[in-house]
Amino acid sequence: MADVAQLKRVASQTRRDIVRMVHAQQSGHPGGSLGCADFFVALYHEIMVHDPNNWNMDGVNEDLFFLSNGHISPVWYSTLARSGYFDVKELATFRKIDSRLQGHPTTHEGLPGIRIASGSLGQGLSAAIGAAQTKKMNKDTKNVFVLMGDGELQEGQVWEAAIYAGSKKVDNLIATVDCNNRQIDGDVEEVMSLGNLRAKWEAFGWNVMETNGNDMDQLVGTLKEAQSKTGKVSPIVILMKTEMGQGVDFMMGSHKWHGIAPNDEQLAQALNQLEETMGDY
Amino acid sequence: METFENTGNKDTRSGFGAGLLELGRENENVVALCADLTGSLKMNAFEDEFPDRFFQIGIAEANMMGIAAGMTIGGKIPFTGTFANFSTGRVYDQIRQSIAYSGKNVKICASHAGLTLGEDGATHQILEDIGLMKMLPGMVVINPCDYNQTKAATKAIASYEGPVYLRFGRPSVPNFTPVDQKFEIGKAVELSQGRDVTILATGHLVWKALEAAAILAEKGIEAEVINIHTIKPLDNEAILKSVKKTKCVVSAEEHQMNGGLGDSVAQLLARNYPVPQEYVGVNDSFGESGKPHELLDKYGCGTKDIVESAERAIQRK
Repeated sequence: MADVAQLKRVASQTRRDIVRMVHAQQSGHPGGSLGCADFFVALYHEIMVHDPNNWNMDGVNEDLFFLSNGHISPVWYSTLARSGYFDVKELATFRKIDSRLQGHPTTHEGLPGIRIASGSLGQGLSAAIGAAQTKKMNKDTKNVFVLMGDGELQEGQVWEAAIYAGSKKVDNLIATVDCNNRQIDGDVEEVMSLGNLRAKWEAFGWNVMETNGNDMDQLVGTLKEAQSKTGKVSPIVILMKTEMGQGVDFMMGSHKWHGIAPNDEQLAQALNQLEETMGDY
Repeated sequence: METFENTGNKDTRSGFGAGLLELGRENENVVALCADLTGSLKMNAFEDEFPDRFFQIGIAEANMMGIAAGMTIGGKIPFTGTFANFSTGRVYDQIRQSIAYSGKNVKICASHAGLTLGEDGATHQILEDIGLMKMLPGMVVINPCDYNQTKAATKAIASYEGPVYLRFGRPSVPNFTPVDQKFEIGKAVELSQGRDVTILATGHLVWKALEAAAILAEKGIEAEVINIHTIKPLDNEAILKSVKKTKCVVSAEEHQMNGGLGDSVAQLLARNYPVPQEYVGVNDSFGESGKPHELLDKYGCGTKDIVESAERAIQRK
């Protein structure tokens, strides 16, 4: 049984890390990072089989995770550090010169936990499919996870990959879409509506699930159910409803905090709302 | 000068197909991906013998590049196959981020490059691919000259760890390099010695350069022909050694003058040993439909163009 209370405590610290990292360099993407904090914590602390102490690129017999919407790097970096991939002190180097914590995630600087660069949108699902097919060739029974943004689904390559995974029965793949209905220029619904996402993915041959990405209990349950559905012909996609900026009241309710940093006063306000549970870095 | 025997015309893409099949037998980590051009890329034999290691991606090249990048995670060596146009320009950002920047061990294998694609016309005749690919940090760019060399190059790149762009073509052209050659990435091959002019040729124009050298010899001009099968990394040492002797150079390629082999040579010489240089290539133009040899002649990439360029380079010394 998952210790949901403990996962929530980790998520609170993750949110503190996110706002502090973005504040420190006055640069980065807090909104989507905060919205997905519960997902990352659930994945790395409860769901995936992985070995932070013996990190290697191939990840044989481990579950793999790919972040396609690379701009929410702060939540990933915090999660990787808090689950043991590198020292949490390194979070202080985010977006600074000579850092391994680049603005968008990369393998280039050798940061443990990152298996491909992302940032230019729409590419992560394809990479995850490739990794999943290699696992099948290698008779490795673990799964591949990938997270995409909902606005990102406007990229055509996502749908090339969606056709492929459905058609070729890549059933060791669990994709999640962060459905926060926000993108840089406004609400996804207004900028370019995605229509009926469930029907779209189903039409492409995927097993579609839905969950609330800011309800840890429900989220863990959904991810476990998704794991139980792997190996049954269809790839799996979870449409995960989240609130951009979740946990910091003034960052919620609009797309404004997609890619701007809080000032000193706003940082203090945000930290007041987020309990320090594991010690700030 | 030494003469080279054409052992019979063959297409370079078939050299790729033959090399890939042998690789499949020798290395179980070699996998192949194709975007609906299996016959054109001569990948059928690999598909038939290794159906579990062949991936039909459909007409979705961006997805193919991403899948190939992902397949390296876990130790596979993916060879992607489609036309040069769809291997580069169409998927540049995918290659840049998911393969080059990510340092993935993907072999991007591109057929139907250049004018000699022929009748399909300019939409398919990419003349910018060498430039696009050589600009990417860490990308190796190879353009072998005939069937035997393409087969040898295909096998060699599997043993190299890192992203490679392998460019070859559609038409049957003279097959004249040794069948058992050892292909060394980045190592130019001197085909003839001469003291008057250095001709640096790549791909299909290597044979044309040899034809040009024979014509020049009749005029009493000694041309040193060097096969630059690897455009990046360029064999600086071999080029400088030759140019220091001949004091002038001609570059010859089935590509735009902008951004191709000629520009790599010019950069090398400008920094180290400036001498007169003439470019044989396409001069800021798209191609058109026609027979391969007609197109090479019309767009300034024929044997005659190499001869005239050599004479101009010598006059400028």
